[in-house]
Amino acid sequence: MLEIGLSHYLVLAAIMFTLGVFGIFLNRKNVIIIMMSIELILLAVNLNLVAFSAHLGDMVGQVFTLFVLTVAAGEAAIGLAILVVYFRNRGTIAVEDIRIMKG
Amino acid sequence: MIIQGLAFYLFAAITVAAGVLVISARNPVHSVLFLILAFFNSAGLFVLMGAEFLAMILVVVYVGAVAVLFMFVVMMLDISQAEMRAGFLQYLPLGAMIGFILVMELGIIGGSWVIADNVDKNFVAPIAAVKTTNTEALGNILYTHYIYYFQAAGMILLVAMIGAIVLTHRKRLGVRKQNIGDQVSRHPSDTLEIKKVSSGSGV
Repeated sequence: MLEIGLSHYLVLAAIMFTLGVFGIFLNRKNVIIIMMSIELILLAVNLNLVAFSAHLGDMVGQVFTLFVLTVAAGEAAIGLAILVVYFRNRGTIAVEDIRIMKG
Repeated sequence: MIIQGLAFYLFAAITVAAGVLVISARNPVHSVLFLILAFFNSAGLFVLMGAEFLAMILVVVYVGAVAVLFMFVVMMLDISQAEMRAGFLQYLPLGAMIGFILVMELGIIGGSWVIADNVDKNFVAPIAAVKTTNTEALGNILYTHYIYYFQAAGMILLVAMIGAIVLTHRKRLGVRKQNIGDQVSRHPSDTLEIKKVSSGSGV
């Protein structure tokens, strides 16, 4: 029970991943919470990568975690910038109102 | 060993609880704060797994930059929370169903996978071989084997930075700003006129 192996971390990462996906469906009106759910999903992926890196004894998993972190930071910055511009133009960020490009 | 196990369960329990509260908190500001809590505890798990550098990066980048960015945006945008919460329970069954299916799929995969016998032949940088710190070991392969990926990551950050600035920058009308080019290229003849004024008659 107290012997912590790979499977413990994988179960934790699976729970976090599912929570992220669940959060996207639960908060379908709020873009900001959806983006936070995406951050949770990326965190779960990072946990998986580091867990396998530690379990197999290969450093490369941690390198890729670093790249996932980089992309997540860029994604958050661009996404929030788009959100701010959208709010400035339309006065709302409700997801169902975002359909200007719908023909 | 016991302390390690207890630490894992402590960090894992707080991470999962914070994750639940991120997606279910009424106030988006609270969601961001719980996201920060989840990141802190994941950093603890990273330390437990021996990835100290990534744990510190998680705290610096996620808590210090991304979460604060979220906080700024949540507080800056004037969003009616009641409107945002409407339909929360309506979406619950579908979300629960999708989540259940996902858990089942992950369970099926988790119950059946094995690590291949010769996987250790593919290792690029075995941790057991390095006698240095985690940070140094990471740097040793990041700046050699993965230098192009590293440069590409830097490029992504540059593009993200420029993109965010270009997107949110706006030209305001009716604001007087200094234009150095105009000032430098001004010529005395544009603005200055010398007139002979005879005394007593005015211009």
